[in-house]
Amino acid sequence: MELRKSYFADVRKDGLNEIGQPRPRLDSPGHVTGKTAYFADRNFPGMLHLKMVRSPHHHARIRSIDTSDAEKHPGVVKILTARDVPHNVYTILILIQIGPEDETVLADGKVRWKGEAVVAVLAETERAAQEAAAKVKVDYELLPAVFDMEEALKPGAPIVNEYHGQNYYLYDSGECRKVRFGDVEAGFAEADHILEQSYQSSPIEHAPTETTGCVVAPEGNDRFTCYTNTQAMFFTLDNASIILQMPGSKLHFVGGTVGGGFGGKVDVIVEPIAILAAKLTGRPVSFIYSREEEMQISSPRAAEKVVIKDGVMNDGRIVARKVTGYTDAGAYSRHSPYGAQKGAAHYPGPYTIPNVWIDTYCVYTNRTPSSAMRGFGVTIGDFALEVQMDKLARLIGMDPLEFRFINAYRDGDMKAHRQPTEGAALIECMQEASRAANWPVAEKYMALSSYRKGA
Amino acid sequence: MAIRRGRGVAAINYPTGMNLGGDPTQALVHSTPTGNFMVTLSSVDLGQGMKQIMAQICAETIGVPTDRIVIDTADTDTGPHCMGTFASRGTHRAGNAVIQAAKEARQVMLEVAAEELEVDASDLETDGQGNILVKGAPQKSISIFDVALSAHFKRGRSISGRGMFLIPRSYPEKETGAMKPSTCYAHACTVAEVEVDDETGEVTVLTVKNVFEIGRALNPKMVEQQLVGGSWMGISHALYETTEPYYPNRDHGGTDFNQYLMPGPGNLAETEIIVLERPSADGPFGAKGPGEMCANPQIPAVANAVFDAVGVRIDTLPITPERILRALKAQATG
Repeated sequence: MELRKSYFADVRKDGLNEIGQPRPRLDSPGHVTGKTAYFADRNFPGMLHLKMVRSPHHHARIRSIDTSDAEKHPGVVKILTARDVPHNVYTILILIQIGPEDETVLADGKVRWKGEAVVAVLAETERAAQEAAAKVKVDYELLPAVFDMEEALKPGAPIVNEYHGQNYYLYDSGECRKVRFGDVEAGFAEADHILEQSYQSSPIEHAPTETTGCVVAPEGNDRFTCYTNTQAMFFTLDNASIILQMPGSKLHFVGGTVGGGFGGKVDVIVEPIAILAAKLTGRPVSFIYSREEEMQISSPRAAEKVVIKDGVMNDGRIVARKVTGYTDAGAYSRHSPYGAQKGAAHYPGPYTIPNVWIDTYCVYTNRTPSSAMRGFGVTIGDFALEVQMDKLARLIGMDPLEFRFINAYRDGDMKAHRQPTEGAALIECMQEASRAANWPVAEKYMALSSYRKGA
Repeated sequence: MAIRRGRGVAAINYPTGMNLGGDPTQALVHSTPTGNFMVTLSSVDLGQGMKQIMAQICAETIGVPTDRIVIDTADTDTGPHCMGTFASRGTHRAGNAVIQAAKEARQVMLEVAAEELEVDASDLETDGQGNILVKGAPQKSISIFDVALSAHFKRGRSISGRGMFLIPRSYPEKETGAMKPSTCYAHACTVAEVEVDDETGEVTVLTVKNVFEIGRALNPKMVEQQLVGGSWMGISHALYETTEPYYPNRDHGGTDFNQYLMPGPGNLAETEIIVLERPSADGPFGAKGPGEMCANPQIPAVANAVFDAVGVRIDTLPITPERILRALKAQATG
């Protein structure tokens, strides 16, 4: 890695004692010698193991649940179903007033995705819990499922999640988050060329080295300590408090050294049910995802579809951009309504375009609930925007890098979501890339500055 | 049939924080009797090195070496509130909270030192090595160790401080979408060079040249680990990863690292990382959040390079050999 100190030197104070120094990480010796303690290294006498009975169907009504054989399995201590969970229907972002509550801790009457948790089995050993879980009999009545966002949005599509009433998240602005800036139709009318293209992605895994999980130990005084690898301590504590209808003062969360998260450990899935199990049994409880559960059950990055229509002039200026973004939330909201609206603010890209029109939809399907992942709401948008930029440049016969210089945002430019640009540095990144990759551009672009000097 | 070479470019920006939900983080700093400083947080270290960065930020602010700082984090019984480690906000938000708390603690420390040295606190400075000196008369000094002992046992002072960073929630305007989703933006430009085998559809990324503008590299080695790892993740996202080879069900998705495809060491591209620093007005020592941004530009850069190599557009991720071969076939027959 090279630090190019020549850029922005006039606005930066160098020569500090500790900041800017490549000090070795205080925790790396522990990591590389295997001495760092992770949550799963904690083992308590009498600890129980929790395993979930999961839905084998994408969409089904639960006619009945029979746990009698499982209860007789050697080593089984307790079996939990929906009626054991004090506030079984929840949504993570209710803490920031994004509702409705739309997801069950344990399925109640219905499952909406393949892998959904239905029954929790607690046993003396992991193996006993697994074997007993296989003996739980759930009688399902299959329902039609919808897996594709466009299908889900068609009239008459099966309703994935009744708590929403339709297969999209209802924002205060309607069925999508909107951004309106300038007059996009006037921009298209003026454009020399118009290009409309669709981009698509499928979900991907976070693939952390350490799988999701927690270990809960009763403190003996009605308090419970939850050792967890959550990415957000109080988000998890506050949601657990709501789900369990327990005062937060009874909950103690300990975390802090995590073997990779990438957004996959923001959902509040394992902690509430494990705390409930510890409370109902009076014993420590371990609930740790196997690698298979991490891959198949934990929420992936959402599949997205992005449709971009651009109006561009022969001289390289983009004069109008219309974007429609679709985020596949899967069966439940989790953080997806947030991600979709974060995307709305991002979609014009780091470019100054006078006329912008954006709609972003958060769509429900009978697929694994997606949620936050590194670059949440933005990554697929960047893929779509930057491939589109390449196509636009070639459409007007311009060098793709020079085309970006013409449109790059600079200090003071108004963005489509009506925030003036501050601290821009796209121009300088492209200038340095031009040098590093030996991809020359015209001298006038190398003379540009994000400060707008000599513009 | 041939191996064809191409290159592609992509440029992006990335927001820091989650103002659409309100974005608070708090920190407490206090000294032990021997002049070490404890930083108490609820922020989570995901392996990216949050603890080390908070120690350096606190050390710089108070004026002591980093190894005098102890980080106590992610225990809800001791730590004040943090929204969480996501949205590229950890260093930016928690860092600001630590600076504020450390400044308050430093002020008390200087006041105690001033009483011991019988000077005015405003005439004192730290040497970064653990001592407090009188400006212009460095022979008149006291160690922070002795200041802490005095505060705790003689003067009855608590060398401590409270810090917080709060961005009030931004509510998007319904009709126009006017909103403030974040504070500062990090930037990047990537040029990827690929080889595409037009017989097998296989893509090899030869080089990625990544330029990242991240506000401030608080610890350049840790910045490097983050940016190299993120670049690898971006290439993996572009060419390899998907949970569902048979769209749209998940039934045939990977269940372990043997089945879920990611590039191994042999598939790594030659990676060049160049960092620019334009300090953000509201960042701790100007730092922005590069944690997520660094995995994004490689994806379109690789897609554009594939087009440059073989003249087909793959607008669906991941860019698999199958998709490339189908597109080449369509191109040949079309």
